[in-house]
Amino acid sequence: MKYLHQLKGEGARAVPLAGHVGFDSMPDQLVNKSVNHGFCFNILCVGETGLGKSTLMDTLFNTKFEGEPTQHNQPGVQLKSNTYELQESNVRLKLTVVNTVGFGDQINKEDSYKSIVEFIDTQFEAYLQEELKIKRTLHSYHDTRIHACLYFIAPTGHSLKSLDLVTMKKLDSKVNIIPIIAKSDAISKSELTKFKIKITSELVSNGVQIYQFPTDDETVAEINSTMNGHLPFAVVGSTEEVKIGNKMVKARQYPWGTVQVENENHCDFVKLREMLIRVNMEDLREQTHTRHYELYRRCKLEEMGFKDTDPDCKPFSLQETYEAKRNEFMGDLQKKEEEMRQMFVQRVKEKEAELKEAEKELHEKFDRLKKLHQDEKKKLEDKKKSLDDELNGFKQKKTAAELLQSQAQQAGGSTTLKRDKERKN
Amino acid sequence: MPCTQSQGQRNLEGYVGFANLPNQVYRKSVKRGFEFTLMVVGESGLGKSTLINSLFLTDLYSKDYPGPSLRIKKTVQVEQSKVLVKEGGVQLTLTIVDTPGFGDAVDNSNCWQPVINYIDSKCEDFLNAESRVNRRLMPDNRVHCCLYFIAPSGHGLKPLDIEFMKRLHDKVNVIPLIAKADTLTPEECQLFKKQIMKEIQEHKIQIYEFPDIEDDEDSKLIRKIKERMPLAVVGSNVVIEVNGKKVRGRQYPWGVAEVENGEHCDFTVLRNMLIRTHMQDLKDVTNNVHYENYRSRKLAAVTCNGGVDTSKTKNQMTRSPLAQMEEERREHVMKMKKMETEMEQVFEMKVKEKKQKLKDSEAELERRHEQMKKNLEAQYKELEEKKRHHEEEKSNWEAQQRILEQQKLDASKTMEKNKKKGKIF
Repeated sequence: MKYLHQLKGEGARAVPLAGHVGFDSMPDQLVNKSVNHGFCFNILCVGETGLGKSTLMDTLFNTKFEGEPTQHNQPGVQLKSNTYELQESNVRLKLTVVNTVGFGDQINKEDSYKSIVEFIDTQFEAYLQEELKIKRTLHSYHDTRIHACLYFIAPTGHSLKSLDLVTMKKLDSKVNIIPIIAKSDAISKSELTKFKIKITSELVSNGVQIYQFPTDDETVAEINSTMNGHLPFAVVGSTEEVKIGNKMVKARQYPWGTVQVENENHCDFVKLREMLIRVNMEDLREQTHTRHYELYRRCKLEEMGFKDTDPDCKPFSLQETYEAKRNEFMGDLQKKEEEMRQMFVQRVKEKEAELKEAEKELHEKFDRLKKLHQDEKKKLEDKKKSLDDELNGFKQKKTAAELLQSQAQQAGGSTTLKRDKERKN
Repeated sequence: MPCTQSQGQRNLEGYVGFANLPNQVYRKSVKRGFEFTLMVVGESGLGKSTLINSLFLTDLYSKDYPGPSLRIKKTVQVEQSKVLVKEGGVQLTLTIVDTPGFGDAVDNSNCWQPVINYIDSKCEDFLNAESRVNRRLMPDNRVHCCLYFIAPSGHGLKPLDIEFMKRLHDKVNVIPLIAKADTLTPEECQLFKKQIMKEIQEHKIQIYEFPDIEDDEDSKLIRKIKERMPLAVVGSNVVIEVNGKKVRGRQYPWGVAEVENGEHCDFTVLRNMLIRTHMQDLKDVTNNVHYENYRSRKLAAVTCNGGVDTSKTKNQMTRSPLAQMEEERREHVMKMKKMETEMEQVFEMKVKEKKQKLKDSEAELERRHEQMKKNLEAQYKELEEKKRHHEEEKSNWEAQQRILEQQKLDASKTMEKNKKKGKIF
């Protein structure tokens, strides 16, 4: 049995339809599926404490989100994330808002961006791990990757702070950055124009890639390209309502006037909401997945030594890749094991030699002592011998002398005896 | 580390705008275009090509691109044709996979193998594309649906039918169809359908189940349709005029069997289900179920080395192969550490032993040497003693001798004196 693929013509040929088939419902089928599944969107708000991040979120989503405002005494930058389930008509949205707590509060801000980058990477990593699992459940995975990063710029009216440039530069390849000028009701209109130009040129000259609203789809190309020209958006947030005319509107009331949040003459809030939520939310999600996540994934895999082609530039199949990796890995382990064993063998050898050397020395020492001892013994023997000789000599002398004496005595004794005899007589 | 809190349902106080998300999804999907791969399997002459043409209202197989049925096959082939169709602004790349020769031989053992091979190879392609380091937009060529044509015998399933469906139901969405249904009367058709469903259940074959849609109206429809399974279809390339209307149908002397007449056959049901309502679901089930099964089987084989130990394998399944390798590496590092400490212990012990032995040896030798020294010293002392004794004796004796000599001298002197005095009588 064999099978062969025959492609009729190059790629696909266009054929006319003789009637209504009905696949034009495909987009609707897809949409229905998505709606049933629910959507999820994750926003990261980066900015110094007190720039109105939480208020802006509340204003954008027409709800009061979380707790108390944070203090300025945080030791480092922390990221706090909250997930909310919102619904509007039949659309369910799982919204996660991540706030940078303590950003810009430290004296030394060199490491401020690190915890943010780490957080973003952690979400990518979690997704990557899920994607790589053998048994995975991607379609029910709660995607925590950050889809949009709202960068809050302080309304100084002059230029970007160096912290801003540094942070945005570190983030631009990891997340869609939408820079916004916070609390912009502190800036006058003319100052604002200058400020925006300054910010834009600084971003360009520092090579910071901010998110561009897509212009490839004709339906939204025009509005998107217009809006691109209004970046960064100057926003004002407020959940307080003020009566203007006969309507209640969200506004901030000053002695000199009322700043209406949703008045496009007063600030760009409406533009932000339009772009972020109503027009490009899906594109932000798509860009996160196809660009930022792919970059992270590629770097991670390359770091781990995965390649798409082998040394001969032939493409690897997945199986080959994993097997090659595994073999390399096992080989590595084996080598390490072998090395350790060898090291021990070496040590044993060395120690044995050392001990043998010590043993040899010991024996030599005692051999020397033994020899000394032998010498001493010999000397002693000699002395003994000489003493014995002397003793013998003496003995002989003594014996000889005694013999003489006894002879003499005998002779003398007889004389004495004679004398005594004569005396007696 | 950031803390996540889920705050639950929130009520919005005003229109936010994310209800527009589905429109964004719609827009993007239209721009992307759609793809679908449909496989048809069945013996020759069951009207497969005709049905495809009827379904998509086009001449997929025409004079320029003849269908497989016009060619005589000796072995089972798997052939794909790709066409591009447009409708209502929606673009669909349709791939039809045909299996000429299936079931046509005298010995049809394993005629399903080329089909399985094709399906697997498409999954493999997708898996490899998905696993690359550099991923590009991946075309989805996986088989989304397999229409299985049952010959209208009226009796039941043939062994080949059962065998095929059993082997493929866990690899692809199988939709069984009764082909050339215009040869069965409605009653015969009913019985046939019942028999087929019975046999399908008996053999635990899992055919594609059209899932319920949320809409109440539609779900009633779906239940009605489920009762009609398997669908009995008729196809036609010919347009005939009936009662002033132009319809697709088959002209007989006794009348016209209309393809799109619900009372004549289930073609419309099939078309509506397959194309108008469940095309997306077929793709989703292929992606989430069949492909994932293929993938996990493939990866398990690669990384778990066949998975001999089932308890261990279960654990491994929940991890990615990379995490698996990481785990193995950690285990190995621990093992090596243990081995190292063990070896170290043994080494130390042996060294201690040897050193101790050396020490004992040294002590022994030292002791013996001391002993010998003492011995020698004792002997020396003894000798000295002897010598001294001898000296004493000698000097005593010499002293004695001197006295004796003196006495002798004195005696002889006295004798001389006496002699001189004439005392000797």
